[in-house]
Amino acid sequence: MKRAQLITGLVLVAAVLVTAVVAVFWTPFDPLRVVAGQRLLAPGWPHVLGTDGFGIDIASRLMVGARTILLVGIISVGVAAVVGVPLGMLAGQAGGWVDEVVMRVSDVVYAFPALLLAMLLAAIYGGSTVTAMVAIGVASIPAFARVARAGALQVMASDFVLAAKSSGTSRWGVARRHVLPNIAPLIGVQASVGFAMAILAEAALSYLGLATPRPNPTWGNMLRDAQNFLFVAPLQALWPGLAIALAVLGFNLLGDGLRDYLDPRLREVP
Amino acid sequence: MHLALRIARRTGVFVVSLLGASLLIFLLTNALPGDVAQVLLGTDATPEAVAQLRAQLGLDRPLPMQYFSWLGGILVGDFGRSHLSGLPVLALLAPRIAVTLWLVLFGVIGSLLIAVPAGMVAALKRRSWPGFTISAAAQLGMAVPVFWGGILLVMVFAVWLHWLPANGYVSLATNPEQWAAHLVLPSLTLALVQAAVLIRYVRSAFIEVLNEDYYRTARSIGWTPMRALFRHGIRNASISLVTVLGLQVSTVLVGAIVVESVFTLPGLGSLLLTAVNQRDLLVVQGTVMFLVLAVLAISALVDLSYLLIDPRQAAASEQGEGSA
Amino acid sequence: MSLLEVRDLRVSFGRRRVQAVRGVDFDLDDGQRLGLIGESGSGKTVTALAVMGLLPENATVTGSVRLRGSEIVGAPEVALAQLRGAAVSMVFQEPMTALDPTMRVGRQVAEVLRLHQGEESGPARERVVSMLAEVGLADPVRIADAYPHQLSGGQRQRAILAMALINSPDLVVCDEPTTALDVTVQALVLQKLNEVLTDSGAACLFISHDLAVVSQVCDKVLVMLDGQVVETGTVAELFTNPQHPYTRGLVATARFDQTRPGQRLPTVEDFYAPDTSVGGRP
Repeated sequence: MKRAQLITGLVLVAAVLVTAVVAVFWTPFDPLRVVAGQRLLAPGWPHVLGTDGFGIDIASRLMVGARTILLVGIISVGVAAVVGVPLGMLAGQAGGWVDEVVMRVSDVVYAFPALLLAMLLAAIYGGSTVTAMVAIGVASIPAFARVARAGALQVMASDFVLAAKSSGTSRWGVARRHVLPNIAPLIGVQASVGFAMAILAEAALSYLGLATPRPNPTWGNMLRDAQNFLFVAPLQALWPGLAIALAVLGFNLLGDGLRDYLDPRLREVP
Repeated sequence: MHLALRIARRTGVFVVSLLGASLLIFLLTNALPGDVAQVLLGTDATPEAVAQLRAQLGLDRPLPMQYFSWLGGILVGDFGRSHLSGLPVLALLAPRIAVTLWLVLFGVIGSLLIAVPAGMVAALKRRSWPGFTISAAAQLGMAVPVFWGGILLVMVFAVWLHWLPANGYVSLATNPEQWAAHLVLPSLTLALVQAAVLIRYVRSAFIEVLNEDYYRTARSIGWTPMRALFRHGIRNASISLVTVLGLQVSTVLVGAIVVESVFTLPGLGSLLLTAVNQRDLLVVQGTVMFLVLAVLAISALVDLSYLLIDPRQAAASEQGEGSA
Repeated sequence: MSLLEVRDLRVSFGRRRVQAVRGVDFDLDDGQRLGLIGESGSGKTVTALAVMGLLPENATVTGSVRLRGSEIVGAPEVALAQLRGAAVSMVFQEPMTALDPTMRVGRQVAEVLRLHQGEESGPARERVVSMLAEVGLADPVRIADAYPHQLSGGQRQRAILAMALINSPDLVVCDEPTTALDVTVQALVLQKLNEVLTDSGAACLFISHDLAVVSQVCDKVLVMLDGQVVETGTVAELFTNPQHPYTRGLVATARFDQTRPGQRLPTVEDFYAPDTSVGGRP
């Protein structure tokens, strides 16, 4: 059962990755060129999933969308981890007022959903892939900080850290040699779950027109376009949504599966 | 701990968070590269016009001064003024608050009505197929983006069945029946997506109850498993669920903003989105501040509601009061 | 016909079917008090839970448990729920956690009454207060309005005793009811248990690891070891003529009157070395 979840997650994530990589080199049709005579074709051949309101092949646009979402996910999760993990480790290891300050700031950022940050940024700079990445990245920092802090606290309380400290290992040494390797699996799980969150956030932002602008395809803005043809070509609203749902499901299952695999004690914790 | 002290402490955290949030919003809009006046006037404005607007908005003052005058305004309910219409932000917000409030309210109630029974069954039957089915459905539901959920519901109930309107809004005062009809799908969208997240927490909260001695006692006096869980589980489980709800406040609000866009409801979210598209920066700034304030205030209230649910907490406070 | 008939009761847990109870037989007549004694892991608590029909989902039960002739093993949950709290009731080991922390004690006692007799709250309240007084709680009105965390362990355990007895059950199952209490409180609770059992004429299945405690309540004792009954007899018989080496150990540890100051206290292991090659003992 648990194993099946992990494998399903791996397969879905691999599918997104492969699609994105292939889309860098090849798509069945030009994902940007408007073809007036081919608007709103039903699924068939050669347009497997049909064409959209501009006569562009939906499958090709979906493939490019995978590329975008992967890029946004990697950058924003990367930013969040690079900033959040050291902060969390610092809070967990130092304790006292440092801990208090870091966690308070993290609480403030936590009250700030990515959407509101993205709106502020979009109001100044206009919505783009970059503003979406920054907003999602910043909003994801607290989650990484929390995980790292909780992990660091646990490691710091263990006997081997006590032994290391009593033998004169510096704080930095303890962090690098004991804390980081021990919390790495937790960070991995958080990265997977955070990736799923990032996909959902990016999709929502581009649906609202606050991320990657048209004509570049994203799964979110494809859905926005499809909504205009809901009464004419309802199938169009199915594909991008399905793509988002499967990708998110994949990363969620992978995260859960990793967590179970790494630590069976965490099994009942959501 | 002293009851008043607990409230004071939580209020303190609220105030500090609010200050932090306001600082963050202020710095994002004012300290990052990119000039507010330039944004408001557009890229083809003359430097003279930009300079004039800067002076008019007080942007030529030092940053700390700008921050404190902005913050001072917020404390007395002045969230700024739209550059385009000249109206105060609060006046723009006022007529729209009700829409978002209804949506959030029905969404949260709906999500609890779905997630609590489903989570209880998932806990009770966790080793058989009803439990697996509910957990799997929740896992799938968590992967569905809220706007796609809305679109799917529109496809089924508006496009296909013609039961409910696909979008738009009618105020309660104008026509209660139409008001309800227009809120059903948006609320349901929010409720379903939120419920999928909640079910996991409800499930593990009730699994905890199932392992408690008092649950066994309840069974031993003649309650069936489901009724024992209802009678003695809900209150105990809600102690941990309240924490989760507190953390979910901002998620629900974001969901509401997106849902408003799907169903073209004239709420705070659509106001914000319009302002973003028009580059009406001060409206965006004021509205975001207002929403963050709401999130922080609701989280604080949710935290304090512990005192009502758990008699041990309340008693601890009373006893503290006696000895203090 | 006996009140309770247990025949070849076997209980195993999980997929690997670890046997916790391996063929237990006994009878209990109306008003009789039977002690079930053994160390932790001997299967005595599992036996008690099987009698209540309260074993967890992952337990597999075979054999037969009959209460007044009706089968408990495999009976539908609804039927069992009607028996529990009315015909049979149970007192648990941990008074600190056995009560719902979010509900006033009086309401929890009244719940048992209302659940089985459908009484209105007025008369229920009086019954609850008088029941709390009967189990020896000095200030029953205050106790009824208190939350569990405001009471001491002994008070809580007597409140639980009140819950177990308020419907005048035929059988009360007590699972180590005094183990978690201080020795002085233990004596008081046992005394009250004796009184209310005598007054109501209920039978009692009393589980303990302590022969001295069992001898204060019970007439007859079963000694359990590794999921099986190894010896049966009256308390007097066991004390005077224990057969099984394990029982001899139990008796020796319970006879403080025979030890002299400075002498090493006897342990069960002096008489009985558990055979570690036999499975089933976790």
